[in-house]
Amino acid sequence: MSAHDHADRDHTHGGAAHGSLRGYLIGFVLSVILTAIPFWMVMTGAMDNKQAAAIIIMAFAVVQIVVHMVFFLHMTPASEGGWSMLALIFTVILVVIVLSGSLWVMYHLNANMMPGLHEMREMP
Amino acid sequence: MASSAITAGSEPVFHLEEEHAHAEGGSTMLGFWLYLMSDCLIFAMLFAAYGVLGGNYAAGPAPKDLFDLGLVAVNTTMLLLSSITYGFAMLTMDKGRVGATQAWLVVTILFGLAFLSIELYEFAHMIHEGATPQRSAFLSSFFTLVGTHGLHVTFGIVWMVTLMVQVARHGLIEANRRRLMCLSMFWHFLDVVWIGVFTFVYLMGMLR
Repeated sequence: MSAHDHADRDHTHGGAAHGSLRGYLIGFVLSVILTAIPFWMVMTGAMDNKQAAAIIIMAFAVVQIVVHMVFFLHMTPASEGGWSMLALIFTVILVVIVLSGSLWVMYHLNANMMPGLHEMREMP
Repeated sequence: MASSAITAGSEPVFHLEEEHAHAEGGSTMLGFWLYLMSDCLIFAMLFAAYGVLGGNYAAGPAPKDLFDLGLVAVNTTMLLLSSITYGFAMLTMDKGRVGATQAWLVVTILFGLAFLSIELYEFAHMIHEGATPQRSAFLSSFFTLVGTHGLHVTFGIVWMVTLMVQVARHGLIEANRRRLMCLSMFWHFLDVVWIGVFTFVYLMGMLR
């Protein structure tokens, strides 16, 4: 029993490893680069096409979030026996449903309500 | 069929006869991760609200009139630096160096306070210009989203001070290491949320 206890404790330590100095520095340098480029793009107006710029900025954000997850939060598919990753995947699915669902529904609601706005203005 | 399961007069047992022992705090990290995921859902709701309402200026100020990207860039740098210094605190904690851990925690707190000060300055400046949360739906959702993140940072700093007192009194014992690891996850998670904030609120707001 005590041997099992010991193995269990070792396992939890392995799952929550704190990374190395090298890992933190790589994460930091990547984050600085991934932050600086979108800020530079928007502040200098380097992109004329705003829609393309928005998509590129969002792509940088997604990559940077992954960098933080890997190098700062030390997420691996194996941490906590896979339950961390499972919880994360579940949360990401919910977040995507909430965000895309809200924007999609409310965009169409706004689009369909627009004529009403004009009628309101013409009212006495 | 059922009778075949009950053989030799003994009931079949479908559970472990005694629960195996868990190391103390062995499930804390997973539990705290689940809390962070639920916190993530709170922010998802606020982001969704901002996404829906962010364009409703009510003839008031728009992001372009209000946001100063230079200030936001400095703010982002502060939070990123505080993330890496907290990482250094964790590395020195692994080596069992109490003094160095405390020193890195102090540096982290200072960066956190710098972040909060800049954010409060920005809020004060906006409110001074009449861009209060009551002005438009855009500003209501903006202050709620960014303010909630700021509150998280505030409580993270309070937590960090508390843990510094704990470490000073009891040293880097197992329980304190666990608490510092939880706060590490919380602090890095706040930085992840901030990536979303500066991308969706500030940068995309300026593109609008």
